[in-house]
Amino acid sequence: MDDMHPSQLAGTDYREYTLTYFEGFSRRVLVLDIEKSYPDGKLIVSRTDTKGIITHANQAFVEMSGYSEAELIGQPHSILRHPDMPAIAFKDVWDTLAQGKKWKGYVKNLRKDGAYYWVFASAVPNVRNGVVEGYTSVRRKPSRKRVNECVPLYAELRAKETGHGL
Amino acid sequence: MVYNLTVSPDFSPEHIAGWYVFNTWLQRKLGYRIHVDLYDDFETQRQAIADGKIDIVFANPFDAAMLVRDKGFTAVATAEGQRDEVVIAVAADSPVRRVEDLQPGVRIAKTQDPDINLIGMILLEPADLSLENTVAQAASTYVLVAKHLIQGRADIGFFLKEAFYDLSQVIRKNLRVLVTSEIHVVRHALLVGPRFAEHGESLRRLLLGMPGDLPQGPGVLESLGFSGWESLGEEDTQFMIDLMDTLQE
Ligand SMILES: Cc1cc2nc3c(=O)[nH]c(=O)nc-3n(C[C@H](O)[C@H](O)[C@H](O)COP(=O)(O)O)c2cc1C
Repeated sequence: MDDMHPSQLAGTDYREYTLTYFEGFSRRVLVLDIEKSYPDGKLIVSRTDTKGIITHANQAFVEMSGYSEAELIGQPHSILRHPDMPAIAFKDVWDTLAQGKKWKGYVKNLRKDGAYYWVFASAVPNVRNGVVEGYTSVRRKPSRKRVNECVPLYAELRAKETGHGL
Repeated sequence: MVYNLTVSPDFSPEHIAGWYVFNTWLQRKLGYRIHVDLYDDFETQRQAIADGKIDIVFANPFDAAMLVRDKGFTAVATAEGQRDEVVIAVAADSPVRRVEDLQPGVRIAKTQDPDINLIGMILLEPADLSLENTVAQAASTYVLVAKHLIQGRADIGFFLKEAFYDLSQVIRKNLRVLVTSEIHVVRHALLVGPRFAEHGESLRRLLLGMPGDLPQGPGVLESLGFSGWESLGEEDTQFMIDLMDTLQE
């Protein structure tokens, strides 16, 4: 995944982070305090292979992430990872799916332009003839109340993980 | 051998006769005897399926999941261009402008249609509403859902989008759309059970050729309310079922 550059952002007042991903590589991400609200009635749908590489993204995914379909296919799903999200949330996603179960939760995602959007996400393993061939994730418009409950919780988890604060 | 064909109980009432016309056409084309069994409600139909009585079914996407994953059914085709999208409507003079304006205790007029009710509840999540803090107002048809709204017995109503736009102008003038789903993937599908599986391919070919099957084909399609059939492959079916799965509890 490429580092983010100020030229791709929807604003100039950004914060800079270096994220280190599960696979070991790092990426510079730039974030803005701008929320893009979730469109009514739509579902954001994507599918990945068993490693979390995106194999399918629908139109709503393209619109909300700010990336073109061609930019998304073949990339790890962590292209959307926002630095405010605690790593433990994603560990839970992978552990749950590995048990063959459905995962649900609230996720803050990072757009290509540095803005963010909250979703209520749900992911399931794609079982074909008894074999897990990949995963499907569907996101919907979240309840604002639930999102507001997640904000301090995620901040606390994040602070523990990075060793700052608390 | 006689096979049995059934149709999801949420089919539009004006097309009941159409399914009998379709079956007559189908029997002539395939050369097998097929009997149409229509059920009034989802429960009775599911029981008939569980008892192994059904070989061909035009299934609601909600039931398609169970039929394919648990009962060994396979998808053959889907109605061309048709998707199961939901309209949530309010009375035209309702003070509610957006989903987030809705409060716990809201009265929802709905039919038994399981996929429409599932998607409808998902569209209410942004307002923190669920089955626990809303009140259902049962209706046997979408026209009655509209009546509940117009006569003030319900605050919002769940409609299959097509059924909403099939309502008469007079009725629709008294309603206002709050939100419409744009899911694009969820749809009814014609499935065949294990006993009919060996004829699945010939059935698919017949259906896809229906618009050109003169003289009867086009008229039969019209009586079903379809413009044609689209082939529904194994992976597309599995994808739809995975998607339905993510939406359920
Ligand atoms: C089907 C599926 C969908 C996912 N969707 C997202 C997503 O929308 N946003 C996100 O940050 N991570 C998502 N993930 C998790 C990422 O794969 C990844 O674990 C996460 O971004 C954290 O990166 P890391 O595991 O490399 O540390 C998804 C994973 C799967 C399997």
